[in-house]
Amino acid sequence: MVPVSYYLVLSAVLFGLGVVAFIFKRNVITIFMSIELMLNAVNLAFVAFARAWHQLDGLVFVFFVIVVAAAEAAVGLAIVITIAHNRRTLNVEEVNLLKF
Amino acid sequence: MTIPLLLFFICAILAVVGAVSLILAREPIHSALSLILVMIALAVLYLLLGAEFIAAVQIIVYAGAVMVLFVFVIMLLNAGAEERTNWSRIALWVGVPLGFFLLLECAHWLYGSPAGAAIGTGSAAATPGISTAALSEQLFTNYLFPFEATSILILIAILGAMVLARRDE
Amino acid sequence: MPMLNYLWIILAVPLAGSALNGIFGAKWPKRTVNTIAIGSVGLSFLAVLEAIREFWRLSPDQIPVVKNFFTWMVAGPFRVNFSLRVDQLTIVMLLVVTFVSLLVHIYSTGYMAHEGGYYRFFSYLNLFVFFMLTLVLADNLVLMFVGWEGVGLCSYLLIGFWFLKQSAISAGKKAFITTRLGDMAFTVGILLAFWTFSSVDFGTMFGKVTGMPADTMGHAGVLTVICILLFVGAIGKSAQLPLYVWLPDAMEGPTPVSALIHAATMVTAGVYMVARMSPLFSRAPIAMMMVAITGAITAFYAATIGLVQTDIKKVLAYSTVSQLGYMFLGCGVGAYAAGIFHLMTHAFFKGLLFLAAGSVIHAMGGEQDMRGMGGLRKKIPVTYWTMFAATLAIAGAPGFAGFFSKDEILDAAGSGPHANIVLWILGLAGAGLTSFYMFRLLFLTFFGRGRYDEHKVHVHESPRNMTVPLILLAILSLGGGWMAAPHLAGGVDHFEAFLHPVFSAYAPQTTGIEQQASLAGSAGEAGGMEHNPGMEVLHAVTGPPVIVALIGFLFAWWFYIKDREAPRKLAKGLRGAYLLLLNKYWVDELYQAAFIGPLLWISRNALWRGVDAGLIDGAVNGSARLARGSGGQLRKLQSGNTRSYATWIVIGAAGFTVLLLGLWMVR
Repeated sequence: MVPVSYYLVLSAVLFGLGVVAFIFKRNVITIFMSIELMLNAVNLAFVAFARAWHQLDGLVFVFFVIVVAAAEAAVGLAIVITIAHNRRTLNVEEVNLLKF
Repeated sequence: MTIPLLLFFICAILAVVGAVSLILAREPIHSALSLILVMIALAVLYLLLGAEFIAAVQIIVYAGAVMVLFVFVIMLLNAGAEERTNWSRIALWVGVPLGFFLLLECAHWLYGSPAGAAIGTGSAAATPGISTAALSEQLFTNYLFPFEATSILILIAILGAMVLARRDE
Repeated sequence: MPMLNYLWIILAVPLAGSALNGIFGAKWPKRTVNTIAIGSVGLSFLAVLEAIREFWRLSPDQIPVVKNFFTWMVAGPFRVNFSLRVDQLTIVMLLVVTFVSLLVHIYSTGYMAHEGGYYRFFSYLNLFVFFMLTLVLADNLVLMFVGWEGVGLCSYLLIGFWFLKQSAISAGKKAFITTRLGDMAFTVGILLAFWTFSSVDFGTMFGKVTGMPADTMGHAGVLTVICILLFVGAIGKSAQLPLYVWLPDAMEGPTPVSALIHAATMVTAGVYMVARMSPLFSRAPIAMMMVAITGAITAFYAATIGLVQTDIKKVLAYSTVSQLGYMFLGCGVGAYAAGIFHLMTHAFFKGLLFLAAGSVIHAMGGEQDMRGMGGLRKKIPVTYWTMFAATLAIAGAPGFAGFFSKDEILDAAGSGPHANIVLWILGLAGAGLTSFYMFRLLFLTFFGRGRYDEHKVHVHESPRNMTVPLILLAILSLGGGWMAAPHLAGGVDHFEAFLHPVFSAYAPQTTGIEQQASLAGSAGEAGGMEHNPGMEVLHAVTGPPVIVALIGFLFAWWFYIKDREAPRKLAKGLRGAYLLLLNKYWVDELYQAAFIGPLLWISRNALWRGVDAGLIDGAVNGSARLARGSGGQLRKLQSGNTRSYATWIVIGAAGFTVLLLGLWMVR
């Protein structure tokens, strides 16, 4: 069978890639999607552990993560749309009015 | 090589490819599609882990609703290509190998540790997954409060989204 | 005995008068202010008389009367009560203080009649009386110190009464600060006394000290140190060498103030304190020696300065310093009663001298320089005659008050138990000089031709409220010494007999032999030799003090009546000595250069510029600058650049993870 540690490694890889995308991409929506990627990676880890310890608390947590991610995506994209309308750009470097 | 292991590697590689493609893609729409690929791969992995319900929810809600939302917004905003920046050569030639090395280290540590090994070769093999009935039972008894709270959360999210996205006439 | 139970009334009435005048006096007419001021001191005086009446009927074992009214402060074993003590010494001081204060108050209604701040003057004066009475009545060192400081405060307020005059303010500050130096030592003395006796109450201290071995001339124990410290306080308060410099400057204040505070009462507080602490001093020979030496030297030194001064009040000021030296000389050789006797007579004649001088100044329209006076004898007769009486008294003319008291002191210095020939010579010389400069003052002011412009100055006698006190004091200057008179004839000195219980109650036993000797000495004339009263009197009247006084008088007569050019010729001949005396031995300049100048320099440069502006302000401003600077650096974090925020989030998360991992692994 597949050792659980493999899943964890995969989860770590995906999370790392998500962080890289988070830092280096300049499109707001892409950054948002990298957040979703990170959440997915975390979900994978949870499910793997749920399987390993034979507890379904991990699965419940995954359930809630998905629900919250959905809600967050909705609100976040609404904000993105507003920013896009106001600043006429999706480049995150242009959204810099909140400086000292 | 057993079939589960093979299936794991296929899905894993697909997921990683999708993630890398998300980073490297120039158009946001390509990134979105790559993310969908990742999610589907992950759903298969969930099935492999015996969490059928979660796999289903992943496909239906995450890939089917949230990503569709993303795609809609991308198309709505007519998000074009990103400008190419001059990524630092050093970051490329040093960072990537370093990251890879870090990954190997983590893997070795995870796999080499007693906990990892126990998890690895242990009972993960024989026992079946967790049933949906058990999951839902837990959800509606022990985790009832978070359940209801998230429903309110969704309500707030809806309201928020509507207020934010409205254009002042 | 009701009055003795309500001793606090003696204190409370002047305090109330001061408060009333101080708070409401600005709006009241002069009449009301007068009534309150004089009335309060008068009532206090009457209360004192009543207390004396009751005191007289007490039996010896009921004395001293100690009444504790309330506990003032308690700190562990340190306990200070508001308790008042009445014994023979207190009675003498109470009488002197209240009576002379009363006369000065009455006098001031005339002298200050045209001055602004009238109510303020009387408020301060009443306050002074309150503090002085507290000092005198106190039963413990701390309460005495309260009075001590309080009179210093009132002195400062009154010296600087005309506060718009720069010289007056400076003089007030000088007085306060100089006495403060003495007070520092006084405070340490109180602390040391508490450490030694576990109490500062006189009764307890005196009781304990009788059980302690006395210090000797060779061994200076804690008693000597306490006495020396307390005496340093007295040096400041009673203007002895080297802390006398404030008294001549204190003449900036109104003349009634000089009369009351700087002649009769406040400056005598030091003498009173030494007399009160006689049980301790008697057991500390080194301290007593120090007291006597300081007194004798000051007496001579101040007299020499007084020889050439031209301001009438300054002459009297130096004269006061000198006479205080005599009082300390008396106490220092063990003749405490003689010292107190001189205190009393001095209060009369010096108070009179100052008030009369004030009358002269008033008559001359404000002129204080004697070189601008002359020939006033016929014009202001009352002032002249009273001043003449006082001059006779201070010079030591036989029969007048000063004669008896000075004679007793010099007697004790010359042939008493602690006699010393050098001290005696100094005292004698000082007496001669005193006679000289006092008659000089008299002759310059009242004799000869007037050296002022008749048309500008309208000389007139003072009103009755000023002359009546003068007359009363003159009577006392004449007759105040007579209670000691029988002593000359080999009989009993009533004054000393009256005070005897106070000074013998705790006297050390080892001086029993000396006591025998002094008793034998005074009675020896009765027992050993033929008891011939006439011979005794003649012996006393032609003694050395009288002779030098006569010599002084003759010189003054020669210089200022007979040969008016003589002073100038002598001054030219002895130019160096003359300048030395005229410039008061340049002591003020010395102090300025040695102490005040450097102190001010340190204050200005080291403390103000260095510490205050540099360090403290620097620290405060520096910390503000630090906050600002670091804030300025930190705010760059808020760049507005979302990606940098993202980076920081990731770095934070990674760091946190490593931390958790580390903690988990350590566990």
